Amino acid sequence: MPAKVRNRTFRFGLATLPALSLCGCSGVLDPAGPVGKDDATILIDALAIMLAIVIPTILLAFWMAWRYRASNSKARYRPYWSYSGRIEAVVWAIPTLTIMFLGGVIWIGSYKLDPFRPLASKTPAEEVQVVALDWKWLFIYPKEGVASVNQLVVPAATPVHFSITSASVFNIFFVPRLGTMIYAMPGMVSQLSLQADRPGTLLGQSSHFSGDGFSDMGFQVKSVPPVQFAAWAQSAGGGGPVLDGAAYAALARQSQNVKPFTYRGVAPGLFLAIATQKIAPGPGPEPQNASHAGREVASGGRR
Amino acid sequence: MFGKLNWSAIPIDQPIPLITSMVLILIILGVLGLITAKGWWPYLWREWITTVDHKRIGIMYCLLGVVMLIRGFSDAIMMRSQQALAIHAAGYLPPEHYDQIFSAHGTIMIFFAAMPMVIGMMNFVTPLQLGVRDVAFPTMNSVSFWLTAAGALLVNMSLFIGEFARTGWLPYPPLSETAYSPGVGVDYYLWAVQISGVGTLMTGINFVTTVLKMRCPGMSYLRMPMFCWTTLAASLLIVAVFPILTATLAMLSLDRFFGWHFFTNTAGGNPMMFVNLIWAWGHPEVYILVLPAFGIFSEVFSTFSGKPLFGYRSMVAATLFICIVSMMVWLHHFFTMGSGPAVNTAFGIATSVIAVGTGVKIYNWIFTMYGGRVRFSVPMLWSLGFIFTFVIGGMTGVLLAVPPADFLVHNSMFLVAHFHNVIVGGVIFGLFAGLDYWFPKAFGFRLHQGWGKATFWFAIVGFWVTFAPLYWLGLEGMTRRLQHINVEAWRPMLYVSLFGVGLLVIGVICQVVMLVVSILRRDELRDVTGDPWDGRSLEWATPSPAPFFNFAVLPNVEGEEAYWGIKLRAIETQHLSPEPKYEPIEMPANSPVGFFTAFFATVTGFSLIWQIWWLAALGLVAAFAGFVVFAWRDVHDFHVPADEVARVDRARRAAREAEIERLAQQGALP
Repeated sequence: MPAKVRNRTFRFGLATLPALSLCGCSGVLDPAGPVGKDDATILIDALAIMLAIVIPTILLAFWMAWRYRASNSKARYRPYWSYSGRIEAVVWAIPTLTIMFLGGVIWIGSYKLDPFRPLASKTPAEEVQVVALDWKWLFIYPKEGVASVNQLVVPAATPVHFSITSASVFNIFFVPRLGTMIYAMPGMVSQLSLQADRPGTLLGQSSHFSGDGFSDMGFQVKSVPPVQFAAWAQSAGGGGPVLDGAAYAALARQSQNVKPFTYRGVAPGLFLAIATQKIAPGPGPEPQNASHAGREVASGGRR
Repeated sequence: MFGKLNWSAIPIDQPIPLITSMVLILIILGVLGLITAKGWWPYLWREWITTVDHKRIGIMYCLLGVVMLIRGFSDAIMMRSQQALAIHAAGYLPPEHYDQIFSAHGTIMIFFAAMPMVIGMMNFVTPLQLGVRDVAFPTMNSVSFWLTAAGALLVNMSLFIGEFARTGWLPYPPLSETAYSPGVGVDYYLWAVQISGVGTLMTGINFVTTVLKMRCPGMSYLRMPMFCWTTLAASLLIVAVFPILTATLAMLSLDRFFGWHFFTNTAGGNPMMFVNLIWAWGHPEVYILVLPAFGIFSEVFSTFSGKPLFGYRSMVAATLFICIVSMMVWLHHFFTMGSGPAVNTAFGIATSVIAVGTGVKIYNWIFTMYGGRVRFSVPMLWSLGFIFTFVIGGMTGVLLAVPPADFLVHNSMFLVAHFHNVIVGGVIFGLFAGLDYWFPKAFGFRLHQGWGKATFWFAIVGFWVTFAPLYWLGLEGMTRRLQHINVEAWRPMLYVSLFGVGLLVIGVICQVVMLVVSILRRDELRDVTGDPWDGRSLEWATPSPAPFFNFAVLPNVEGEEAYWGIKLRAIETQHLSPEPKYEPIEMPANSPVGFFTAFFATVTGFSLIWQIWWLAALGLVAAFAGFVVFAWRDVHDFHVPADEVARVDRARRAAREAEIERLAQQGALP
């Protein structure tokens, strides 16, 4: 685990993490990489800090209501009591101090876990270019010269640097167990560094609604040992179509629930051309029946 | 001739919207037929449609809000059941329909359920609490209401003619641009929200002016009830941010209608600009909703504890603090767009700083109960349920304000659970508390407490059973707006959540039953004195229901809790203050201009949606003509004769004297 735990508060969170994963969660609280771990630690820490005042506050509210119920003759009625400087000072101080403390967590966490920041590691990062399409994901491996649709294969225990854009509308690139999501936006490139510590199969998805085919914008993430990754890249390079201009134009059309497949070659500079919109954005819906006034009845490409 | 409109706009091929709209049309025709058969039109026209009475307008706002709440709730039932049925399956709603439902749910709940109910409460209560007879601009108030109703009508027309937006309640471009949403759905959204937004902006102007300029003698700012302060804060926010919404949606309309490029993918458009602008409105909007709810809770905690509000000045400060800071936090809705750590830190801290103001309020409500005599009536139950629910919702909100935590749960079911946690637990609970609390002031009888309590328990238990699983699903990585689900592990929690919706349905039924039972038993629930809860602010100085002129003689306020002082004096002397000299009262005359304008605004909106340009122009000209005619009117107001004022007030005084007599005989007086 390259990212050293610096802050003392993070340590508490780390201690609670295994306890939470015992209760059977498979999502963001069961991270499979350093970024996810640090995100989750901050989430748990912030939750713990706030629960420390939230639980007493709720109990105080219920106790107060019950203690001073009208039928309780033991509690003294103070019909005019409505001010106490000391209580005022305390009730302003409690949330202020809590938020100051939390503000520190926000500050440190935001810098430490900036998505654009590369991961510290001895292993050089693997480059992956991600394009969100209607409604599937394209992963381009520039070094290997291959590409894959709806399947992301990454070498385990190696940092992966993603450059992310969209060919049409907003989406979010998110692998819950690896941590940090980031928007895929047309005309812009977001950067994100993630790492899967161990080999395994994870779930990836789009976390921003992008239209009718959105629900099937999930993708499989396969974290494999580096040797196996090289083998996969080689075999992907051995067969399948080539992602040239025409193939990309066909791919960019709306389609849903696309099964994973690979391209054996990628036209050079394709990602940059998409991100800078040298290639026109995805075409949007192509109505099957134009006579339906005002209603987009057709969902392009549904099988 | 008819633009894009033709017969194929009617969804003959889609049974669900077709049958729903047929049933709705039949119900509407039935109601209209009943009104005609019973000859109620003149009464409706005179007393309701053309009224400029703030109480009547407030009641109509609340009625609109409740009807739309039910419409939005049926969308919610469909969404929860679709997700529960569509795990490794298609479910019963295809994407093109499901996407409209979640978009309509959000739009309707925020713009046409929560907003009208909040504004309805502001309308009904604020002038009464300020001790005045109406708002600053009574006719404009009527225009505001009818424009809001016009927007609601347009949204519901989309069910039957064409389609609604399939882009979510905030139509993020480029998805909402014509390239990706060529249908009329987004246009329905745009024009419905634009028209009602104009109404809301006028409400904001109206209430800022009312609170600043229309207080009764002696009602200085620091003597105003908390609800008036929150009305002022919410109205200031409306005036500050609704123009942003109008401008943003206008830019999107220009993109869609005339091929401009504010937010498009191509030709230099910048979709992120839309996201910034819409949230610069959108985040203050949630405080526009919740601040008046805070005001309601302040009234309820104080009244039902039999004590003044603890730390009143500190509450005022906290309200204004929230009002200002709420405009500086919008970026937390898109930490995940990669703004960089400095920006994320600044907005993260600004967001959590709001929790200081809210936290102070929570503690002050708790200490209001200290040393009190707490009565667990229905409004108080909602308020205690609010503290429990809202504190947890606030906590998850601050969690989402921590950027690295947001990186994990942004746009997830966790987020869905969070904002329902604060909007249902804060705004809706507050509105239900307010409905029960002020209902007798509006209609002269109380709501049935037993059914009210049943509603509360089903609502709060149902709420948690519905939304606690969604928090969990969010942590499991489930994103929102999924039409079908490909992950088996999410099945159990989706079922639990659907079960929670079932409990909420029972809650809604209880509420309907409560209303029916209360109307049937109105004689035994009658509020004779006008002060059913032992209240502390001026609305309880009037009889129930309050006369249209509110106060026979404007009260003279000599301290905080204006009515409590008057009441104490009466109890000490065992008599009311001597009868005042009654004078004729000048009241604003009814005006059909609101209804007229809104009718033509609907025509304009509809024809813009379908691009029937000649009709749009005609509608605009007619609406404008209505204003011109109104501006040239000769009769502005009418006089209520002193005799009539005296008659109404003497009846009130007699009821109060009788109550003092009764209390004295019981030995309840000092």
